[in-house]
Amino acid sequence: MKRTVFKRTSLTLGFAALAIVMIMMAGRAKSFAATAGQEKPATEVKIDNFVFAPNTVTIAAGTTIRWTNRDDIPHNVVAEDKSFKSKVMDTDESFTYTFAKPGTYTYFCSIHPKMTGKVVVQ
Amino acid sequence: MSDKKNDVILHDHNHDGIDRRGFLKCMAWAGTGAFCVMQGGVLKSYSLSRLGELSEKQAKGELSFVQISDSHMGFNKPANPDVAATLKAAVDKINALPTKPSFILHTGDISHLSKPEEFDATEQILKGASAKDVFYVPGEHDVIGDDGKQYLERYGKNSKGAGWYSFDHSGVHFIGLVNVMNLKAGGLGSLGKEQLEWMEGDVKHLSKSTPIVVFAHIPLWSVYPEWGWGTDDSAQALGYLKRFGSVTVLNGHIHQTMQKVEGNVIFHTAASTAFPQPKPGSAPSPGPMKVPAEQLHSVLGVRDVNYLPGKSALAVIDSTLE
Repeated sequence: MKRTVFKRTSLTLGFAALAIVMIMMAGRAKSFAATAGQEKPATEVKIDNFVFAPNTVTIAAGTTIRWTNRDDIPHNVVAEDKSFKSKVMDTDESFTYTFAKPGTYTYFCSIHPKMTGKVVVQ
Repeated sequence: MSDKKNDVILHDHNHDGIDRRGFLKCMAWAGTGAFCVMQGGVLKSYSLSRLGELSEKQAKGELSFVQISDSHMGFNKPANPDVAATLKAAVDKINALPTKPSFILHTGDISHLSKPEEFDATEQILKGASAKDVFYVPGEHDVIGDDGKQYLERYGKNSKGAGWYSFDHSGVHFIGLVNVMNLKAGGLGSLGKEQLEWMEGDVKHLSKSTPIVVFAHIPLWSVYPEWGWGTDDSAQALGYLKRFGSVTVLNGHIHQTMQKVEGNVIFHTAASTAFPQPKPGSAPSPGPMKVPAEQLHSVLGVRDVNYLPGKSALAVIDSTLE
């Protein structure tokens, strides 16, 4: 009787352990998919009234930034070191760029060069 | 300002080259259009509605031409959903002038997004003008995405560098400059070393009595640097023109008429044929200004320039599209 009880307990424990492992594996698989598919949301920079807002963004390496033009006038985004350059964005059009390497990137609108912004990649 | 004997500015409180009377005149040009005659450096302006009262001598010269600017073909936002129609209205205005102008100067932003069909549409509409020759300089909207390659292919045949050139007509020396290329972060319009060197050589052999007309897209004077309305190295360019008796600078870009007199140089900016922009600092940004549809034509325009030999300056008529 005592023995049977022990057996049942170990069986229950065994199932519980298996369930925990499965849950953990499932969780890991999920986080794997997020990295591979770039599902992490992009950091948004809006262009409004000839201003990049926020003007300075600090992000982790591997983060994508999406610039969206909310003006009635076209703008673009050009890195001062020429590491990235968007096509011209008309009203409500966007441009995305993923920053792989840490560093400070200053950029501007080459059509309206008074418009400048900065991305700090950590 | 004491060294500028020919100035008509009497009270320049803000050191911006415009006194109250001058400002009110600017307002008049923006709203209704005016006929302006510079004689001996003194500005005389007449309302367009009173042009009939002017003598023939005042209205006619040996050379007259028209400046138009900022057609922004392809722009379709609420400030003006039909920029083709307003350009056509500008052409009608040109064709209605009492004297047929010798040619048209277009001071840039021919297109809105540098698309081939936008350039095509502007050219097609301008073919309807009485003056067949059109001289262009590029605006920043004409060199988007390809560093001005298409612009040069279309309009740069007889030009140097990024599209600058000069020509002579009826004794007046015209210089078309490009100040929308290789712009630097945080900077204003830029002419660049190569163009400045060319310009210095271009005017070197001219006699100082030759009237000079310089035209470029972005103003060659500091209208409002906070909005990028100026050119970083314009002082150097104007320096080459100091010895000349009559220098007129025609610009676009700011979509409104303004005038400034500084010594021997008269600066003008032209209205847009497409949409108005706010007065400097009067809005959060220089974006298109939305005005009621019935007012749109009163803030768009055409400029007619008359040259009278023997006078030290040019007569300028700004007319709205009304």
